[in-house]
This record gives sequence, C-alpha cells and structure tokens, in this order.
Amino acid sequence: MSPAILLLLAFGLGLVGWLAARSRAWAFRRSAPLGRIHSLPGFHAWYVALWIAVPALLFALVWNALSPELVTQSVLSDPAAAALPAFGFERDSMLAEAQAVALGNAPAVFNPDAQGLVEPYRAAIFRYEVIGLVATLVIALAGGIFSFLRLKPDFTARTRVERAVMGLLLVASLVAILTTLGIIVSLVFETVRFFTMVSPVDFLFGTHWAPDPMSSGAPDGKQFGAIPLFWGTIYIGAIIAMIVAIPLGLMSAIYLTQYASNTVRQVMKPLLEILAGVPTVVYGYFAALTVAPAVRDAAQAIGISSASTESALAAGLVMGVMIIPFVSSMADDSIAAVPQAMRDGSLAMGATKAETISKVLVPAALPGIVAGVMLAISRAIGETMIVVMAAGASANLTANPFQSMTTVTFQIVAMLTGEGSFDHPATLSAFALGMVLFLVTLTLNFIALRVVKRYREAYE
Amino acid sequence: MNAPAPTPAPTPTSTPPASPFPDPVAEAKISAKDVSVFYGAKRAIDAVSIDIPKSYVTAFIGPSGCGKSTFLRSLNRMNDTIAGARVEGEILLDGEDIYRSGMDVVQLRARVGMVFQKPNPFPKSIYDNIAYGPKIHGITGSKSELDGIVESSLQRAGLWDEVKDRLSDSGTALSGGQQQRLCIARAIAVDPEVILMDEPCSALDPIATARIEELIDELRGRYAIVIVTHSMQQAARVSQRTAFFHLGKIVEYGTTSDIFTNPREERTKDYITGRYG
Repeated sequence: MSPAILLLLAFGLGLVGWLAARSRAWAFRRSAPLGRIHSLPGFHAWYVALWIAVPALLFALVWNALSPELVTQSVLSDPAAAALPAFGFERDSMLAEAQAVALGNAPAVFNPDAQGLVEPYRAAIFRYEVIGLVATLVIALAGGIFSFLRLKPDFTARTRVERAVMGLLLVASLVAILTTLGIIVSLVFETVRFFTMVSPVDFLFGTHWAPDPMSSGAPDGKQFGAIPLFWGTIYIGAIIAMIVAIPLGLMSAIYLTQYASNTVRQVMKPLLEILAGVPTVVYGYFAALTVAPAVRDAAQAIGISSASTESALAAGLVMGVMIIPFVSSMADDSIAAVPQAMRDGSLAMGATKAETISKVLVPAALPGIVAGVMLAISRAIGETMIVVMAAGASANLTANPFQSMTTVTFQIVAMLTGEGSFDHPATLSAFALGMVLFLVTLTLNFIALRVVKRYREAYE
Repeated sequence: MNAPAPTPAPTPTSTPPASPFPDPVAEAKISAKDVSVFYGAKRAIDAVSIDIPKSYVTAFIGPSGCGKSTFLRSLNRMNDTIAGARVEGEILLDGEDIYRSGMDVVQLRARVGMVFQKPNPFPKSIYDNIAYGPKIHGITGSKSELDGIVESSLQRAGLWDEVKDRLSDSGTALSGGQQQRLCIARAIAVDPEVILMDEPCSALDPIATARIEELIDELRGRYAIVIVTHSMQQAARVSQRTAFFHLGKIVEYGTTSDIFTNPREERTKDYITGRYG
C-alpha cells in the first residue's frame, strides 16, 4: 500500500464526512426554532472532516515510518532467515536484495541465498500493508463516528475548528524553529568531533591555515589556524562590502523616502528589490569576470604590481553592491517610521529639508539603520558564491585589498567538496567553521532584532 | 532678530468679520486677504480674511473639519509639506506677502514658530532640543551664548526648574505636559515674532493643560500667539480675540468677550452654546 493511496483514502473519507456533517447541520438549521444554530454548517463539516482525516493521516505517517522495521523483524523470525550470516555487511545486503525483489524494484536476486527470503518478505509486506490499511480505516471511521455523533444544533463546532486551525499555525511556525535546532545539534555534534582532534586554541587563534585532506595519522593542529579565514571574512564582508553598502544604501533610502517623486519611487524601489533577488552566483560571475580584472588593471595602473586577479577588493565591492538593497530597504523603513510630527517639528523650526534629514530623521531612525546594517553584515559574511568565484583560495593574513584572500564560507565549501574522507579533521573543520559562522550571524541578528525592538518601543 | 519694517496698519477689508481695533497693541501682525486653501480639488478654506493682532492671543474655534488647523498651517507655510496643497490669496506678515515667489520659508518659519497638537520633541537631549533652532539658524556659535538661550527659553516656558539638573536627558523621557512646554521652549528659542499653536493641549491632562494655559498667558504681549482649540472654555480663558470658523469660512471674528457673551451671528451663538459641533 503506497502512502499516496492512504493519503487519498484519508482525504476521500474526510470529504464524505464533510458532506455528511454539512447536510446534518443544514437539517439542524432548518428545524431550529429561529433558523439559528451555534456554528455555521461549514464549521460542522470541517469539524467532522478534521476528525476523520487528521488522526488517520497521523497514523499513516507513523505507520509508514514503523512498518519497514516491523517487516524486517517478521522476516528475521522466519525459518528461512536462520541461514543468514549472523552480522555485518553481507547480511544487510542480502536482506536489502530480497526486499527490493519483493517490492518489485529489482528483477531477481543477485545472491541465490537471498532467494529464500523473498517470499517471507512479500508475505510480511502484504500483511503489514493490510494491517495498516485496516487500522487507518478504523481510525478514520472511529473519528468520523465520534465527531458526527457530537453534532447538535448548539454544538460549538466553530470554536473547535478555529482551535484546530490555531494548532496548524503553531505547527507551521514550529517547523522553522525545530529546523534551526536540528541544524545546531548536527553542527555541535560534528564540531565536537573536530575539537577532539584539533585543539580549539589552535583553531581559534592559529594564523596558519593549510589543512591537508590527504594526510594521515594524528592531525597537526598548526595547520588549522582559522584566523586568516576570520580575517578574510571580516575584511571582505564587514569592511569592504560595508564601505560600499552603507553610504550607498543610506543615501538611496534618503533619496527614495525624502526627495523622490512618487513616480520615481514607484520605479526605483522595485528595481532595487530586484537587485536583492539576483542569484548570488550571477554576482559571482560579475565579480570574477568583470570587476576582478578591472580592479587588478586599476591597481597595476597606479603601480601596485602585487595585485592579483582574485582580490578581496573585487569580491568585497560586488558583495557591497549585493547588500545595498538590504541596507536601503531597512533604512527606508525606519526613516519612513519616524513620525511625521518629528519632521513637521523640525520644518516648523525653519530647518531645511537637508537639515531635517541629517539632524532629526537619520538620528531618530539610527537604531533601525544600525539593525539593518547588522543584518546586512550577517548576510555578507555568510555569502559564499561571490567569494568562491572572486576572492581566491589562499589564506593570506594581510590588509592589502588587492591580494587574494579566503573566507570561512569558501573553506567550508572547499573542505566538504574535497577528496578527504568524512571523518578526516580537514573535512570536520568545515563544521567547526560553520559553527563559528552560525554563532556570529546568530549574535548579529539577535542584537539587530533587539535594537529594532527597543527602537519600536520609543514611538508606539 | 529681524526688526519688523514699520508698516501702516493694513486697512480693514470689506469682509464683515475683520474689524479695526483702535487699541495699539492690536495692530495687525498678520493680515490674510481672501485666502483659500485647496487640498487637490477640495477647497478647505474659502476666501478667509482676518487681521491677527500683534500682542494678543487669538483663538480659532470651530467644529472639527472646519479648516481652522489648515488655516493656521498656512500662516507659516507648513501646508507646503503636504502634497497637493495649494494656497490662494495673500497672507501678509508685517506687510510682506509670505507666499510671494522668493520668500524664504526658512526665514519665515524662524519668525513664525509653531507648536503642534501632539508634543513632538526630537529624540535628542533636552538641551539639544532647545539648541536645535538657534544652531540651524546660526543665531550663535558660542557655547556660552547657547547655554544662555537654552536657559532663558526653558525659563520662559516655565520648565527650567524642573529640568535644569537633567538637561542631557532625552526630551522624549519627559511627561506629556513637560514635553509640550519643551516644544514651546524650543519654538521660543529662535525668538519668533508669532507663535502658532495647533490644539496644544488636546493630548494633555487637565493639570498639564492649566500649566500650558498659564504659560500662554505669560507669553502674551511678547509674541503674537494664535491658538487653535477645540475647547471653547480654553479659548475664553486664554484669548483676547476669537475667530469662529465653520465650513472653511470665518463666521465671526471679534474680541473674545464679544464672541462669547454677545455673538452677532446665529451660528456662533449655536456653537458656543453647544448646539452643534
């Protein structure tokens, strides 16, 4: 029995219940003294439909996860399984083969010894499918009958359906939170493994980064100094990119909120937002193919011969452009949120528009702007494609923007897609780097949200 | 600041409400002639003419939407900030048309200050709130002079004793009534000739209101004050001249005592006796 059929079954029964409950509620309504019942017939219908479909679907979900294990257990208790090797790879592969044949995914077994297991598998699968189907039906019917019998003219179906909808919304919001938790847990797990091999002190404070994914034996902590990566990340994402993005973003926000006519605003705002939607890999091309050579040529023209084609400056400039929409849209929102009274107050003092903007509006909007900048930084330091394509791979610890530099994100990509085995410290270092990145961006976002919150309180 | 050019008192216009006041302090500071204000196609003020005296408090009363705030805002061209607003007619400040081309709005607003309905201190320190105007107008560059202006403005607004020890606290941390007095002090700091007040007490409790009314009374004589108010009692308490607005026109304008005790127009009488509005 495929999950799709169980799904259809649950929905089909739900529909039947829906229709039945609706017509019953209409009957209540017709016979009620004033033609009034507590809830509209639609709510009665949904109440019954939910009682049928939700428990049945939940059961089907659990059953789907559970039944393969039950099937295997029952096959193993079959006499034919006694011939299996006791443990290990061979046993697992024979079981998998027999299962594949039984499910019709493979034409025949490769290992003749597995043949004897096919029939037990087939029987077990069938048995558990029938059990699952029957149980689903029983649960759906039980839910339907239980809920249908509760329908009365004064039954509070509306409140109950609304509560169910609220539950659904709660689950939806929990998904994102649980995913975040899952990410943290998996990161922590691998990070801890990494730190059992390499000391955190070497990792966090070492200045030499040259992990060799092919090395064997005890890892050399001296290869895992991540300072050059942190520096490259900060230099490109938080310094060069912000030198570009903050002034341009802020000025465009000021122009759009204070000076632009409605027509201009209506054209320019969507255009800026499109900039935010450009895939970063496209920025990457642009950085690698257009900006980086131009930066190098310009640097060489002014006599800096060490300029390389892959430069921190090129990556940072393009990243700055990429971030402009974030800064400008946050700044735009917070400037627009400054009460009109504040603007009027300043204008009524005889301040010019420019004085009002620079002395009243921007200072008043500053918390929001700062929050926007922090979100932009956290976005920039987590950015991968641009640096992969334009910043280079060499872990240089330098302040020269014309040299190539590497970042945390770049090294995560490099380590995870490299040749090393999964439990090699070089590969695991990607998780430690990811953890650092995660913590830093989390902190930045947290601070930004706090700042925004305090700022809101000041006006509302 | 700018010494007003001695101008002959404008001759009263032909519209009935504007009556010449024989007494010298009532010499017109602002005189509006056939002023109409439009928001887009909607006419909010219809051919209003009025002489606002130099050293009195003038109250604009009238039901909501009658145009009194709109007219007030046209006196320092704050309507300019509203898209689609347009003013026709003449508004003379000391005989100069404030809507003529080449009129500097910055200079105008330094001479005609404004206090708003809701206290709107800037999110800066108390000191910086007061110093804002003098700084942008370049009234003084020296710190000690600025300190003096801040102190005297706060003193005139009756706020000095309450805040003198915490001038660096944020202006928004004050109570509503204190904030409004701060806004009045801020307006005074640039030494205006006229102060416009747009329902300055509507967001305040009765005690803070009483304090502001006292303050308005203390400021009378030094500045021409125009106050828009919803409260007829307030108009009666603080003003010497009252104009009754209705449907974008001035129905009646005269001394406050005449308006309240002896209105000429039926509509004025109905309004002040609470029959509508």
